[in-house]
Amino acid sequence: MDTDLSSQDKKDLDKFIKFFALKTVQVIVQARLGEKICTRSSSSPTGSDWFNLAIKDIPEVTHEAKKALAGQLPAVGRSMCVEISLKTSEGDSMELEIWCLEMNEKCDKEIKVSYTVYNRLSLLLKSLLAITRVTPAYRLSRKQGHEYVILYRIYFGEVQLSGLGEGFQTVRVGTVGTPLGTITLSCAYRINLAFMSTRTTAEDNGAAYPSVEDSQEVCTTSFSTSPPSQPAALGVGSADMGYPVIFAGGLNAVHPYQLMVPGKEGGVPPAPSQPAHGTQADHERMITCTPSDGALYSAATPSSSEDTETVSNSSEGKSGSPHDLLETIFVRKAGAFVNKPMNQTTMASLDIPFAMFAPKNAELEDNDPMVNPPDSPDVESPLQGSLHSQGSSGGSTGNTHDDFVMVDFKPAFSKDDILPMDLGTFYREFQNPPQLSSLSIDIGAQSMAEDLDSLPEKLAVHEKNVKEFDAFVETLQ
Amino acid sequence: MNCRSEVLEVSVEGRQVEEAILAMLHTILLHRSSGKFHYKKEGTYSIGTVGTQDVDCDFIDFTYARVSSEELDRALRKAVGEFKDALRSSGSDGIGQISLEFYQKKKSRWPFSDECIPWEVWTIKVNVVNLANEQERQICREKVGEKLCEKIINIVEVMNRHEYLPKMPTQSEVDNVFDTGLKDVQPYLYKTAYQITDSLGTSVTTTMRRLIKDTLAL
Repeated sequence: MDTDLSSQDKKDLDKFIKFFALKTVQVIVQARLGEKICTRSSSSPTGSDWFNLAIKDIPEVTHEAKKALAGQLPAVGRSMCVEISLKTSEGDSMELEIWCLEMNEKCDKEIKVSYTVYNRLSLLLKSLLAITRVTPAYRLSRKQGHEYVILYRIYFGEVQLSGLGEGFQTVRVGTVGTPLGTITLSCAYRINLAFMSTRTTAEDNGAAYPSVEDSQEVCTTSFSTSPPSQPAALGVGSADMGYPVIFAGGLNAVHPYQLMVPGKEGGVPPAPSQPAHGTQADHERMITCTPSDGALYSAATPSSSEDTETVSNSSEGKSGSPHDLLETIFVRKAGAFVNKPMNQTTMASLDIPFAMFAPKNAELEDNDPMVNPPDSPDVESPLQGSLHSQGSSGGSTGNTHDDFVMVDFKPAFSKDDILPMDLGTFYREFQNPPQLSSLSIDIGAQSMAEDLDSLPEKLAVHEKNVKEFDAFVETLQ
Repeated sequence: MNCRSEVLEVSVEGRQVEEAILAMLHTILLHRSSGKFHYKKEGTYSIGTVGTQDVDCDFIDFTYARVSSEELDRALRKAVGEFKDALRSSGSDGIGQISLEFYQKKKSRWPFSDECIPWEVWTIKVNVVNLANEQERQICREKVGEKLCEKIINIVEVMNRHEYLPKMPTQSEVDNVFDTGLKDVQPYLYKTAYQITDSLGTSVTTTMRRLIKDTLAL
């Protein structure tokens, strides 16, 4: 039994597949223009509406699709792909989706070409219309404008999904079986929208795309799909010359690393290979370097009037900071909002970690009431040291409290000269209150026996007053 | 022939009921509508063109494509509006379902009326939730938008299984398969119906028919 396709059927099938591919590209690109699409139904057949659907043909898009196909049709191992990517006004770009029209080997010999295949292709286009509004890139494309634009690129050959990031998802639009194979239309879309810079420099281009140069079939061009209201200059790049396509205004036109791949291939690189990743990573780091980082590094020279926090930060930072930073100037700092002016006192070497906690010069200690407090024990918490620091490069001198930080305690918000007892004095005096007399050793010296002896007398007294106690308890209830 | 049945469930806020249901119904009808048939003398026919247009939802972060036919849109809005009114007046539970049934007519001899044989039924179950504040409503907008994306993908997946579809009819039979009453497109014969579930879980209201005159005609 002859199950081969008749020549007429084969011709029809090829025509259907070709126009289906062109219409697929139109639907996808138009859905990413950023506008609502509206076409009219017509009861009288016009004869030019393929698949009985009113899908407008944008001439440039058709032209580029035909160029990408270069007279061939999707076949096994040769897929037609439409890549949708986002590009910011700063030049960073990110692949959002890859729409793939593929053909596999599973044939349906029984199916009627002129009727069933045609109608099913029409149904598949309707499904594509529905699905293009449903992937995440649709909402992004509706909001495109000054901050970013959506670009598309058509290529023919092997599907390249590596630019979509980790964990991309796939949605299958549908399949149509034909006597020559099964047509599958699907979309792989990015999930991870965290921005990755895909900038590449001009010199990377040569190294980055050996795969592109090898494949003669890959023909790449790229256009902006920004709305016409933007002053877009949609130039058509010739594949032969491979010069870049100039796209939407509102972007910095000087992007030598954008879209430029010299040679026959032309257009945007499919996916950056290893060297470009390195550049990416550098760019990421550069991009994420913020002024706060700068502040950390600049704190190494605290001659500026930074507050105490910076000093402590810088000292902590310095334990890990480069060794080329040898010295720093410790400033005798007053607490925030304190009136007294600051005085520069000493220099300390970085060689000693936590140099600010090192013991002070004896001279300073003698003058400092904190070192020899009147009555209370000399326990200073290291936290107080964070408010002021007087470091010295020398070692400790005659200080019995080597392990503790001696500070001149100037609490925040206090003023020295208004009250005889300021906040600092008050705090110092009452920081270590005397022990309770009942807990003191003197009382404890009284013997236990005497305590026990006095108990019966006390009990007798209490028993006499029982009624009073009861009355009291009742008032509580 | 077995009728295939598909169920879609959504939980939406009161304002979103209409748009959510219309989005799904229009997507189904986009796949189940053809251009107008024009029969020629030799028994062949040509088919008109179906246009599409995008519809942005006001209360949901969602856009869907529907057939460009005002008549079809009006018919669906009417059905969904009645369902929504019934849902609102039923009580505080807010659970109901609206179904879209595609059927074929089988002519019977007199005195029997024509049979309606369903070949595909889509049931959309709706659960109306009440939200307390604007922040919750904003989250609901996005969440329902994402849910509808999933539903559209479900619908497309069913459509592309290429399961039973009525045979293309001859000129005399076309009204048994398609609704030829619209002037610009030709959907398969369909009817809508709804049920509201009261708090006891039983269905209270009965169905509403779109093509009543056809079914009663002898």
